[in-house]
Amino acid sequence: MKTLYLALIAFVIAALPARAEIEIQEITTPGGIKAWLVEEPAIPFVALELRFKGGASLDAPGKRGATNLMMGLLEEGTGDMDARAFARATDELAASFDYGAYDDSVSISAKFLTDTTDQAMALLRGAIVEPSFTQEAIDRVRKQVLSGIASDKTDPDTIVGQTFDAMAFGDHPYGSSRDGTEETVATLTRDDIVAAHQAALARDRVYVSAVGDINADELATLLDNLLGDLPATGAPMPGTATYQLSGGVTVVPFDTPQSVVLFGHPGFERHDEDFLAAYVLNEIFGGGGLESRLMRELREKRGLTYGVYSYLVPKDHAELYLGRVASANDRVAQAIEVLREQWAHMAETGITQTELDEAKTYLTGAYPLRFDGNGPIANILVGMQMDGLPTDYVVNRNDLVNALTLDDMNRVAKRLFRPEDLHFVVVGQPEGLQAEATQ
Amino acid sequence: MPFHPMRKLQSALCAGGFLLATLAPVAHALDVLRDEVTTGMLDNGMQVVVIEDHRAPVAVHMVWYKAGSADEKPGVSGVAHFLEHLLFQGTTNMEPGELSRVVAANGGTDNAFTSYDQTAYFQRVAADRLELMMQMEADRMVNLQLGEEEIRIEREVIIEERNQRTENDPGALMREQMRAAQYLNHRYGVPIIGWRHEMEGLGLEAALDYYQTYYAPNNAVLVVAGDVDPDEVMALAREHYGPLPPNPDLKPRNRPQEPPHTSPRRMVFEDPRVSQPYVIRSYLAPERDPGAQETAAALSLLAEVLGGGQTSVLNEKLQFEQKVSIYAGASYRGVSLDDTTFSLIVVPAPGVSLEEAEEAMDAAVAEFMETGVNADDLNTIKRKLEASRIYARDNVDSLANRYGRALTSGLTIEDIQAWPEILAAVSEEDIMEAARMVFDRNASVTSWLKRAPEVTQ
Repeated sequence: MKTLYLALIAFVIAALPARAEIEIQEITTPGGIKAWLVEEPAIPFVALELRFKGGASLDAPGKRGATNLMMGLLEEGTGDMDARAFARATDELAASFDYGAYDDSVSISAKFLTDTTDQAMALLRGAIVEPSFTQEAIDRVRKQVLSGIASDKTDPDTIVGQTFDAMAFGDHPYGSSRDGTEETVATLTRDDIVAAHQAALARDRVYVSAVGDINADELATLLDNLLGDLPATGAPMPGTATYQLSGGVTVVPFDTPQSVVLFGHPGFERHDEDFLAAYVLNEIFGGGGLESRLMRELREKRGLTYGVYSYLVPKDHAELYLGRVASANDRVAQAIEVLREQWAHMAETGITQTELDEAKTYLTGAYPLRFDGNGPIANILVGMQMDGLPTDYVVNRNDLVNALTLDDMNRVAKRLFRPEDLHFVVVGQPEGLQAEATQ
Repeated sequence: MPFHPMRKLQSALCAGGFLLATLAPVAHALDVLRDEVTTGMLDNGMQVVVIEDHRAPVAVHMVWYKAGSADEKPGVSGVAHFLEHLLFQGTTNMEPGELSRVVAANGGTDNAFTSYDQTAYFQRVAADRLELMMQMEADRMVNLQLGEEEIRIEREVIIEERNQRTENDPGALMREQMRAAQYLNHRYGVPIIGWRHEMEGLGLEAALDYYQTYYAPNNAVLVVAGDVDPDEVMALAREHYGPLPPNPDLKPRNRPQEPPHTSPRRMVFEDPRVSQPYVIRSYLAPERDPGAQETAAALSLLAEVLGGGQTSVLNEKLQFEQKVSIYAGASYRGVSLDDTTFSLIVVPAPGVSLEEAEEAMDAAVAEFMETGVNADDLNTIKRKLEASRIYARDNVDSLANRYGRALTSGLTIEDIQAWPEILAAVSEEDIMEAARMVFDRNASVTSWLKRAPEVTQ
């Protein structure tokens, strides 16, 4: 067991740095499960995060939506408890369990009071290891999923994402919604759900973090009991998703007053040596804040939108650089024109030293502020493990940001920003916009 | 600077402080969990609340104004929210956007929101940056300086915001109409973001009128939460907010109230963009009042009993037993200056009409009125609320929010701190009495959200 003492130092202009101290312990249980732990006894509860790599992209051919439906069924009963008995037992312990399905992982987030640890974990073990998957529950939850799929069909925000994904990735699982289609979900059987469970929840792909009122020995015992009876191995990971889009505009006609736009092109892998530089570039260009170039150009200067932002998407089997904006049908063409200009400008001239300095100050100052509660810390730690980062990244990360030079950034800007490849998917009734998709 | 209409179920956020033998572990845990809250008042009438949490070197600095969209004059709906946007557009001492830039340059984030009863501005920064935040926030409380060009562009931004939040979402359009039908006289019937035709006419004059009426220290609450020392916060507040002049003309918040409601209202909202229809009914309901929160506590628990989760009465009957719904719920928002609403919602299963869903909802409620509250269910709910106090301690931002919202909705510190015990003391009979009072069809709006037939393009 390795113990690392971390002092997070916030970069501040004045002399007094803000400090947070978290001590990450890396443990391996007798059963061979690895986990990161931060002991924090101040509040008598534990936040436990479990992630299994693979996720909805493990859906078998023709079974799209199986992993998602399976995750929705974990809380629907185990042993002699049906869905309602399970919910009642969880409520009585005042515990909370959340289940999620994503393209590259499935997640289980648990919060439980220290005094109820054994009972809460016995309940969760039942849900994860021995879910009943009764036909009654499958049919009931299936209806909820189908309702969501139906709603997505008339939701411009979802239509735009699904259209981009389908055009970008075709038959790869990334090319379709992880919820599945009305056709696939309607035909999923109990056997399909059981198979999805065996495929997704296995010990060879689990990542664990715990933060709160628990020590390393207690956590080790807890994890072996909780996960020890899961299969040792799950389904093989899907192959690389080949990006199939080229530059252009695709319009999906939809009768709504404001057009919703998703735009992008390929991005960087998480393990790309320039990933951090790209992350900082994006922060300057379109990273959420009011001060980003895109917000300044589209919102502050022109009032074209309420919000515009861009983001790197380093998935396990493909990597994208995407952005979103929404603008009234009669103004969206102008918004797209400004986006194109900004993209080209970035590729040609990059950023300024002042922009880099400001971004560094912001990012290094904001980083320690993320570690502000058991739940948030547990989330960060499990994400770091999935990204293959070491525990000391928490201490070194700000140094890495500060080491970036303007030359690095502007070299990387030419790689990251590819104005010719930019593809816009527009859902709405845009005026004065020529669809020029080459699909 | 987006706005966030309050949408969380208040009853889910608060908890009780009762003791029962079966609940020993939670009660024990709570011994170590008091909200570490210190309060004070500046000479100019600005209230100060400090919530300590020393686990991380972070501070949240918030200034809440006791003025929201329901305090607007008729004809300028949306001006409270518009002004909130304009407060980022510079002062006599700061350039447009400078405040946010300075916050970011200090590694912080900032934002603001407008609701019916309050407007709040906040920054989240390293704790040693607190003074700078106070300096800038105090500045824009009194020194706002606006140019016509900023006004024009920002008006376009809020119209795009309305497009995004409301015009593009049939559910939001329906809820807007529903509130307008629910409130016959009160400004709660007007959307926070404003009616589009009035937003288009918003200008400098209306914004400054609102600003000069409501933005003053004697109409504001300062909430600072995180790794801070209460004495130091008070000293800094005295230095930066203390010199600001109070508004001597500030009036009590006596807004137009509801007349008796004597007729049920019904509406059908159709839109081709609806895929999942549902039925929703809201009832006018009393809110949490200072020193008199008992009825509101009973209504909070009623919402939990009826629609608070998988094991709630409506879900048991409609989703599990009769299988006529895919979801059912109840909600009640007790923190409100004036009359609030209690709502029921049923999302029908495929093949079940809205008429059948509404009948099933009414039958389930009628049956509940006969059988009453299950004592075990109530204990479980109370225990869950109790535990939520522990989980809430993990998030100092949400504690700060709870205090700020309550203090700008007519409640006092004493009311906020008494609430857990008031909830714990609610009996099965209290809940049924509250249910008999609130389920008055004459004070209700029932709405169906339906898919409209496609219009030929």
